[in-house]
Order: sequence, then C-alpha cells, then structure tokens
Amino acid sequence: MITEHFPALQIVIPLIAAPLCILLRWRNVPFGIALVATWSAFIISCLLLGQVMDQGIISYELGGWAAPWGIEYRIDAANAMVLLIVSGIGSVVVPYTRNSMLLEYIHERHYMFYSAYLLCLTGLMGVAITGDAFNLFVFLEISSLSSYVLISLGFDRRALTAAYQYLVLGTIGATFIVIGIGLLYHATGSLNMLDISQRLEINGYDRTVVAAFAFITVGTLLKLALFPLHLWLPDAYTYAPSSVSAFLAATATKVAVYVLLRFFFTIFGAEFSFETLPSGPPLMALAIIAMFTGSFVAIFQENIKRMLAYSSVAQIGYMILGVSLVTVNGVAATVLHLFNHALIKGGLFLAMGCIYFRISSHHIDNFAGLGRRMPLTMAAFVVGGLSLIGVPLTAGFISKWQFVLAALDRDLWWVAALLMMSSLLAVVYVWRVVEQAYFRSPPAGSEAVTEAPTSLLIPTWVLVGANIYFGIETELPLTVSRMAARALLGTQ
Amino acid sequence: MSPEFAIALSIVIPLVGAVLIGLCDRWPDLRETVTMITAGALFAVVVMILPQVASGERPELVLLELFPGLEIKFTVEPLGMLFALIASGLWIVTSIYSIGYMRGHEEENQTRFYVCFAIALAAAMGIAYSGNMLTLFICYEILTLSTYPLVTHAGTNEAMRAGRVYLGILIGTSIGFLLLGIIITWSIAGTLDFTQGGILTGKADGAVIGGLLLLYVFGIGKAALMPFHRWLPAAMVAPTPVSALLHAVAVVKAGVFTVLKVTVYIFGIDLLRDIDATIWLQYLAAATILISSLVAMTKDNLKARLAYSTISQLSYIVLGAMLVSQSSVIGGGMHIATHAFGKITLFFCAGAYMVAAHKTEISQLKGIGRVMPVTTGAFLIGSLSIIGLPPFGGLWSKWYLALGALEADKLIFVIVLLVSSLLNVAYLLPIPIRGFFGKADASDAPGGHSAHVSSGAGDSPIREAPLPCLIAITITSIGCVALFFFSDSIYELLKPIVAP
Repeated sequence: MITEHFPALQIVIPLIAAPLCILLRWRNVPFGIALVATWSAFIISCLLLGQVMDQGIISYELGGWAAPWGIEYRIDAANAMVLLIVSGIGSVVVPYTRNSMLLEYIHERHYMFYSAYLLCLTGLMGVAITGDAFNLFVFLEISSLSSYVLISLGFDRRALTAAYQYLVLGTIGATFIVIGIGLLYHATGSLNMLDISQRLEINGYDRTVVAAFAFITVGTLLKLALFPLHLWLPDAYTYAPSSVSAFLAATATKVAVYVLLRFFFTIFGAEFSFETLPSGPPLMALAIIAMFTGSFVAIFQENIKRMLAYSSVAQIGYMILGVSLVTVNGVAATVLHLFNHALIKGGLFLAMGCIYFRISSHHIDNFAGLGRRMPLTMAAFVVGGLSLIGVPLTAGFISKWQFVLAALDRDLWWVAALLMMSSLLAVVYVWRVVEQAYFRSPPAGSEAVTEAPTSLLIPTWVLVGANIYFGIETELPLTVSRMAARALLGTQ
Repeated sequence: MSPEFAIALSIVIPLVGAVLIGLCDRWPDLRETVTMITAGALFAVVVMILPQVASGERPELVLLELFPGLEIKFTVEPLGMLFALIASGLWIVTSIYSIGYMRGHEEENQTRFYVCFAIALAAAMGIAYSGNMLTLFICYEILTLSTYPLVTHAGTNEAMRAGRVYLGILIGTSIGFLLLGIIITWSIAGTLDFTQGGILTGKADGAVIGGLLLLYVFGIGKAALMPFHRWLPAAMVAPTPVSALLHAVAVVKAGVFTVLKVTVYIFGIDLLRDIDATIWLQYLAAATILISSLVAMTKDNLKARLAYSTISQLSYIVLGAMLVSQSSVIGGGMHIATHAFGKITLFFCAGAYMVAAHKTEISQLKGIGRVMPVTTGAFLIGSLSIIGLPPFGGLWSKWYLALGALEADKLIFVIVLLVSSLLNVAYLLPIPIRGFFGKADASDAPGGHSAHVSSGAGDSPIREAPLPCLIAITITSIGCVALFFFSDSIYELLKPIVAP
C-alpha cells in the first residue's frame, strides 16, 4: 500500500523535485513543480498526522534495512506536528514567491530559487522525520546550505554579508552538533535515537555523554538563535527576500527547537538533561532575557522587518521557557507555540512582503497612511500583530494562555508575571506600526500607493486567517501538542 | 423576540450601524439619521430584555467555545442590565447632542467619529452582557481600542501624546494585571463564569485571594483607582460628546461595573469580607475620593475639573464594592446610574460653553448664566445631583453607600462620604453660582483673566448653544430628577445580586 510509504515520500518528493526544477527550467515549469511538490508534501504530512493520532508511533525502515543499522524514520505526534508546520508554510509560501520575486530581481534565476527552496524544505522535513542522529545532521546541513543560498538572493547587497554571517555561525552550530553526535556514537556505538537512549540507560552516562550533551545543546541553541546566540538572525531575516524571510522565520528555528526537544527528552532523557545536569535554570534565565531583550530591541527598530526579526528572538525565548519548565504542560505549550508562532510570523512577514512590493521600503516612516492605501495588507498586519501580542480570539492568545498556565502549575508566579510584562512590550512595537499606518497621513507629494496584488494577498490572508481560525478552533493544536509533549516526556 | 436573539441584536445593531455610518460618509444628514436610528433601535432591544431579567431570568447566549469549559458567552443579569440600559439610553441623547456639537465646532473626520462611537457602544454592550471573565476582557479591550481614535480625534501632537497615555495605562494594566489575574483564576477555579456567590470560595488561601483581588482591581484601569488614574484627564482632549458619554459613562462605568461584577460573581462578597487586601483597597478608594476632589479644586479648565471629579466619584463605586456589604454593593450599582446622569449633564454643559461661547476655563465663565441660562441651570442641577442633594438621584446612591459603610461597621467611610460631598460643593457649585451672579467683566473679579475680557458680554442678549445640544442637556437634567423618584425600581432590580 502506498500509505505505508508516506514517510519516505514525504522526503523523496521534494528531494527529486529540486533537481527537476533545474533540468526543466522553461518558463513556469519550475514554479509548477515546486507547487506540486510542496502541496503533495503538505497533504502527506496531514495524512501522517492523522495516522499518528489514530495508531500511535509510525516506524519506517528506509530501504528495508532494520534499525538500528539502517536508517529509521520514526514519527510520533511531536514530529508529525513539525512536519505539518514546515510543509504547510512551505506550500502556502510557494504561490506567493512567483509575484514577489518580480520585484526583487531574482526573477531570471527563478529555477535556482525553487531548487534551493525545495532542498531547504526537504532538509527541514528530513530533520523532523528521521529517527537517526547522523541522518538528522545530514538533513540539517542540507537545509542550512540551501537557506544560505536563499538568503543571499535578497536584493539588498547586505544580504550577502548576512548570508555569510549565518553561514559561519550556522556551520559552527552544525559542527558542534556533529561532534556531539560523534561522541554519542563513541559512547554507545549506535546512531539510532531510540537505540542510543536505551543503551545510555544501560551503560550509564559517563563524561563522554556529558561532553556530547554540551556540544549538542550549544550547537542547537545556535541554530535556534536563543539569546545570546541569536546574532545571525536579525540580519538574515531582514535582508532575505520577503518570501524567504517568511518561510525561514516560520520553519527553520522551529525545527531547531524540535531538535533540542528530541535530544533533551528522547535521546538523553529528561532525568539526565534536567536532574543530573542542571540545564533548567540557565535555560530559563536565557529564555527570559531573550524575551525581554528581543522585544526591547524590537521597539527601537526603524526597519519593520528587522523589528519582526527581533520579535522572533523574543518568541524563541517563550519556546525555550516552556522547555525549561520540564513539565507536560510546559513542553505542550512550546510545541503549540511552534505551530502558532509559525502562523503568526509567516503571516506577518508575508504582509511585509506585500508592503515592500508597493513601497519598496521597510522603513517605518514610509508606513504613514498605509492603513488607507493598502487596507487589506495592513489589516493582515494588524491581525498578525494582535496574535503576536496574544490578544484573545487569535492563535497567539492560546499559546500565551498555555505558557502562563504551565508556569502557574510549577508555582512560578513571577514567571507568569514576566510573561505578561513581555507581551506588553509586544504591544508597544506593534502599536508603533499601527499608529504610523492608521493615524498619520502620508507625507505630501508621496507617490500613490495601491493595494498589493491578489496573488500576494491570498497567501498572506491564508496564514493570517489561520491565526483567527486556530484562535477559536483550538482543539486540534491543543490535542496534538499535548500528545507530542507526552510522547517526548515518555508519560501517558 | 426571544431574549437570546435580543442579546445578539444588542451587539450586532451598533456594529451594523458602524458599517452603515461608514458607508454614508458623503451624506452627513443621512449619516446622523443612521446614528439616531441605530441608537434608538439598540435602546429598544435592550428595554425588551428588561422584563425577563427583572422577573429573575438570566437569558444566556453562547457564541463559541475556546477550550472545554471556556466559552465566549453572554448572560444578562441585573447589574449588566442596568449598565446596558444606561449606556444605550444615553447614547441616544449623546447622538442628539453630537449633531449640534460636531457641526457647531466644525470638527473634521466626523464619520470616523460616529463609526468609532458605534463600535465603542457595541463593546460596552458586550461588557454589560458578558457571561464570563474572558468575554468581558475581550470586550473591555475592544472598548479601549475603539475609543483611541476618539481620544486622538484632533490629530495634534498633544492629542497623540494623550492617546499614548490613554492606551499605555489601559492596555498596560489590563494585560499586565487583569489578564494575569484571569489566567490565575482559571488555573485555581477551573472556570471563569460569573456565578452567584463567586467561584473562588474554598479554592485558595487568603493570601492568594488577596493578591488576586489586587490584580483585578488594579488591572481594571478603567475604574481609575489611584495610582492608575492618569489616563482619564489625558482623555479630555477628545471632543466633548466623547468625554460625556465615554469618559463619564460608558468607559469609566465599564471599569467600575467590572469591579462590581468581579466582587460579586468571581470572589463573592462573603469571601472578600475577611481578606486584608479588601481593607487596604477600602482605604485606597477613600484616599482616591478625597485626593482627586482636592485636585479637582485646583483645575481651572472645566473639563479637567470634571475629569478629576469623575475619578473621585468612580472610587465611590470601588469603595462600595470593597465594603462588601449588601447595601454598599447596591449603592455602588445605583451610583453607576445616578452619577452617569449627573456627570453627562455637566459634560454636555461644558461642551455647550465651548461651542456657544468658546470658553474652556472656569475663570472665564463668570456671568455666563445670563448669556446661557438653560445650560447654566442644567449645570446647577447636575452639580446638585453629584453632590447628592434632594430631589436629585445622587442622593440615593450616596445614601445606600453610607448605609453600607454602617453595615460594615466602618463609620470612617461615612465621614469620608460626607467630607467628599462638601468638597463636591466646593468645586462644583461656584461655577453655576458665579455664572448667574458673577460679573462678566473679568477686570472686576479678583484673579480674573483680564486678557479674556469679551467686549460687551455684560449686556449681550442670550446666545445659547445649538438646539440639539439644549435638547440633550434638558433630557439628562430631567433624568437627574427622575432618578430621585424612581430609585426603588433600580433597588428592586439590583437586589437579587446580593441575595444570600
């Protein structure tokens, strides 16, 4: 049956589609290929999530080689959710890329763009789906290398330095991860995640394992851009093409958070990660600092895209805060926020792209009067902003609610209070844009600006609409995130 | 019409009205007609629910469910019924008034003004009917956001600054404290529904309840309890109809209404009686009453003086809630009504002075009574009602508040109420008295602004405000008197909320 091979197809379809884009480079063919590949990946990930929810964990042996020798794809609720996020955002962004590229002067190399895009998607989904530690590294590198390419396509020449900076730091992160995996292999003689964790329990956790833990943790934190390892992120998100910023902001850091969860809880086990080694308090401290510095710096940004990038730094703080609570509620809140924040930031960056398409600027001064001139785009930005703040009836509110409840469960009142305070900072930076767009008149003599084209507005509103939909219909994300947290923590 | 349908209509009507008003941008007459029809229809629908609520029913409308047990829903109970009646009824009067004021003042962006007004009313209805704390919170935030464009209506830098203070305090307190309190309540009690007798009894120890109470009372920034009162004077840059309906009635009353609701239906008055925090808040409310009355005396700008007077009067209601006796809670509820009529009259008069005579400072108003007798007479009535003298409605709410203080064995707060009434006399009555008997020639009056001498104002003929303004002022003045005679029907309506 074809359904049995869904895990392989999930990866193979975009992987094969990537070179096809280069081979069949006429006119709109690469776009068509990308569209078909991403949407089929999305459909498969929906079906996989359905299977996981019905039947529990799916294990798929690649090429029929049995684990732990062969590569195993192992899907539980946690990575099914991540697959859904990555492929969902990936497929919504593709229709958007076609028109937004016109302006950003990468049109003539569109087939390369789609090829890199599909490879990035493959890599990110591969990281999520695999049950093999070394395979995870390989996919991580595929996604990283292709994302350096994607970022450097940005029209602004600073995109090149941004991509280079990301390349250097991303490579350091990946190297740390591979060193950690190598040490784990040395300690256990296995690369299969499940096998490693079982052998660790039997063999005990010696100094090699501790070193492996340290390398992997730092490497992953670099990839997911937790303060103070976030330095690559603002430039990369600011200067990348709009569609790439939306795609990467919504997926790349999410996958890195997933990697952290997988290593902490599945491979090393919560007991070793958080009781033997005191990871909780430093992570919590860094998360809280990230929440505040990220939001605080965002308030003072003149470039709105950069403001959104710093806001991502703050939001990553929330996710790590959930991890550092080491409870089912905390981890569930993190997984839920992976999902909700992907919708929020995806929508916001796409709205930024619509604005850039018309005014060719990200500067806040040029936003004056946009509320009247681009009503649909600005409305999308406002809804996304409300969700970012965590206003009721948006997806962001559900995340915030779960984070605060998780903190209260652990009797951490002050953490709950800090969470609310940091969302006040979000109010400030979102409000700056709203005030500029709706309550200032455009400067005299400025060119007439019209609404963004429909082809850009539809993907934007799909993501923004999803913020409202999942702010009201909370059952699916809440159930899946709870299942994911139970799967990760190994409790029923 | 089923009551559920009426609930839905009372929220939908102003929203539809907002859309229609927006569409009528180019035809001001039609736009104002739509506003009047919307206001009238809203009031009619609200009145239709009244008999059921008065007979003890609690009609309910569940909109949607967020998580199991947490819904967006509306339930009408007496307190909310009263608030909805006042807000929707006074909206009609304010709409009449706005027509005269906005045109007389030649304001810009009038369509945006009417649209936001209608949305604010929809939010106020939502607050009045909300069936649980989350619904109330959502409507509360919508009310804040929809009134922001009204506050910054002038578009000047001063207005924008005031707007930031307004949003900063209201959003800051509501997210920083109120929402946190709500989530804590949910995590302790597992529900947020407004329930007779409260939902927190026996769920947590006294310290937690006390902390929670502080989060709620300070989180409800719209109640303007010191030290979170600065937004209200800042909001006075708005056009006067906004100050009148929103910043004397809908917005501020939404705040104290929420305080009352939380006291009665979240904590329950029996639970609060033994909490230390309640006692602190009683004294804080009393301090707010006295301090802001004193500040009001120092203000020469009429609207600023009225704003500080509002802060003081709002704390009457907070005090009523925190005294947690039956009479004090009912008195607090009644004060929502009586103060609404008194203060809206005063603001209408302030606006009338602005439109007809272009005077904003109290020192300019000497002798104005001879030029604008109707307005100044209404100002006198409004002042007397706020002070609490018969035969005006303000008497009864103060009466029940004082009675409540005695029930709670807190004689000191009776004294606070009396002193405050004297302060009211001191800062309100001189305005109409000098208006009638003072000499307009400012150079005669000690401390008068000689720069503002208006030539020949002494024997000028009567130059009253535009007719729609006068109609509105007359209606609310009559309301002040009517409340004196019909106070027992309000008492009967509110009695069930404190029934043991």
